[in-house]
Amino acid sequence: MASVTTGNMLEVMNLTRRYGARVAVDCISFNVQRGECVGLLGPNGAGKTSTLAMLSGIAAADSGQILVSGVEAGGAGMLALKRSVGLVPQDLALFDELSARFNLELFGGLQGLSGPVLEERVLSSLTLVGLAERAGDLVKTFSGGMKRRLNIAGALLHDPELMLLDEPTVGVDPQSRNAIFDNLEVLKRGGKTLLYTTHYMGEAERLCDRVLIMDHGRILADAPVQRLKADHGNLEQAFLHLTGRDLRDAEEGVK
Amino acid sequence: MNITAIRALIRNDLRLYRSDRRAVIVGILMPILIAAFFGYLFGQNSSDEEAGKVPIAVVDEDGSAITRAIITQIAGDSMLQVTPLAREAAREQVRKGTQQAAAIFPKGFGEQSVAALFTGRDKPHVELFVDPSQAMSSRLVQGMLAQYAMQEISKEAFNGAMGRQNLQQMLAELSTQPVTGQRRELMELMQSALRLNDLQAQGTAGDATRPALSIPYEVATTSVTASTGTPYNSFAHSFAGMSVQFILFAGIDAGIMLLLLRQRGLWQRIRAAPLGKGEFVLARMISTALISAFQITIIYLAAMLIFKVRIEGSLPGFVLVAGAFCLLNAAFGLMLATVGGSAPATRGIATMVMLLLVMMGGAWVPSFIFPQWLQGAAQFTPTHWAVNGLDAMTWRGLPFSEALLPAAVLSGTTLLCLAIAIWRFRWEE
Ligand SMILES: Nc1ncnc2c1ncn2[C@@H]1O[C@H](COP(=O)(O)OP(=O)(O)OP(=O)(O)O)[C@@H](O)[C@H]1O
Ligand SMILES: [Mg+2]
Repeated sequence: MASVTTGNMLEVMNLTRRYGARVAVDCISFNVQRGECVGLLGPNGAGKTSTLAMLSGIAAADSGQILVSGVEAGGAGMLALKRSVGLVPQDLALFDELSARFNLELFGGLQGLSGPVLEERVLSSLTLVGLAERAGDLVKTFSGGMKRRLNIAGALLHDPELMLLDEPTVGVDPQSRNAIFDNLEVLKRGGKTLLYTTHYMGEAERLCDRVLIMDHGRILADAPVQRLKADHGNLEQAFLHLTGRDLRDAEEGVK
Repeated sequence: MNITAIRALIRNDLRLYRSDRRAVIVGILMPILIAAFFGYLFGQNSSDEEAGKVPIAVVDEDGSAITRAIITQIAGDSMLQVTPLAREAAREQVRKGTQQAAAIFPKGFGEQSVAALFTGRDKPHVELFVDPSQAMSSRLVQGMLAQYAMQEISKEAFNGAMGRQNLQQMLAELSTQPVTGQRRELMELMQSALRLNDLQAQGTAGDATRPALSIPYEVATTSVTASTGTPYNSFAHSFAGMSVQFILFAGIDAGIMLLLLRQRGLWQRIRAAPLGKGEFVLARMISTALISAFQITIIYLAAMLIFKVRIEGSLPGFVLVAGAFCLLNAAFGLMLATVGGSAPATRGIATMVMLLLVMMGGAWVPSFIFPQWLQGAAQFTPTHWAVNGLDAMTWRGLPFSEALLPAAVLSGTTLLCLAIAIWRFRWEE
């Protein structure tokens, strides 16, 4: 990709996160380049959400370092990190009882936007996800796919450089998934850096330049999609080869 | 400080409140209805004409002129509704609660009572059956009996045939005993009573009134409220109590909402925003306090427009107490959200504690009917100060200075709740 903005958007070094005795994220390191789209793949419980939580400033790391645009997160740097990162949470993060517009007005307001700027950002975010016409409707009247799209719009208001998307397409029909995909491609073309998790290998093949495959809190592979496809035939085979065929929910125990 | 974010959070909380019709109904309509009910109830008891009469039974086993006269007097009292019954029927009806008490005049009551009036000896017994759940009624009946019996027995002694007979009998008895100074005086008293009786019997008294002993005073009651002449408005107290109770309900709801919010994806989105714990807590304080202020304003507007409640004291004082209470409510909700466990358990415990505080604070029944120790304990409940402060500024008509102590106690409690909330609030994960 020919880009004037080069260098690392995100640098992660030896990041660790524990819940009691369980190590959710185990000393991982990786970089994401500006404008790159990276898939974070892994079975249930691999540590994807925990990783994104630390990258978005929601959860503190037990150890390790995060640099966003070369600035270290933590202390005063934490606010800077939060301003340049947009998080799309895995669970729908919307007030069902309020309209789409009111939801986005809150999320924009939390980022420090107000007045005409806020109104403009709310409208452009809704337009991008194709919900401008439904702006005044209560979220509880939306379909699952529409909620997912609004969930993405909620992270766009402050026009963040880095977007962290936690399973943005989970539980929606193929049409809605395609719509979401189109949205993500627009974002990617617009120069945003995307780090997103999914269980759908096809999605990752279609959208990502590179994937990180994670399991048990560790990164097992960090490679361009093309290379993994060349080595294993397709991404799914690569995934199963690296993470094994065992069922995950059964072995949730203290390591 | 991210003022824009604080404003956005407050606006969002207000929008959520507006979208929740149940909260509006429970938080505003219910307290108005219940306060209207309590106010009506207590208002009835405070004025004689409208008060419900206490139903009592009387059993006249004596059938003498005296007992008949006493019963006629009692039956004429505006506070009692008297039914003559036989002993067993009276007992049965008191047991069932149909009658709140029954007074039984045994055989010989009339005769013995006139004698006992002068000698104090061989007093007859009046039996009283009482419904133990109606302690006030039994006291009322005893008071009535004392008043009317005294009057009728003395009237008989000075006027009636039985009185004359009795006096003559006692005089005869006394004259057989050795004469002491005291006894001579007593005999003279009886003889003059007898002369009085004779005059009445001959119809030569020359005066229509028949002499009798009666309670030598009458009571003039004045309700001491805001200004003399303003009748006590029992709605003023019930509205203070119920607005405190239902605003606290809303405070608990706000706390529970925050607890639930923390379990949802929304919490992650809020946490991902460039926002600190202090800003979030401040926004929650303000939005909950604003909603409480809205509630109390509407509730009191209804009280003023429909039930003629007036702020007879200081309006700034009222605003001060109400404002301090709204802030306390906000801090209380926040504290709940930070110390609470699961939402249902927290709601259950909080509601129980809150109702206890409200009851002790005198929101249901005025605290002066509490036993002494409970009145003392009530001083330590913020609800007591809230209700008292609102009472002081409304029907008691007290000046601004009387709002200061309640407001100070409420604010102190607010700071305590807030300190606990901030201390226990897990913002970092
Ligand atoms: N709040 C928490 N308390 C305790 N353990 C947690 C908590 N959150 C996550 N974990 C544990 O950390 C590990 C990683 O969880 P995480 O949610 O990051 O996985 P994930 O890769 O996002 O899984 P999924 O695909 O199911 O969303 C899991 O073992 C999980 O049980
Ligand atoms: Mg996850």
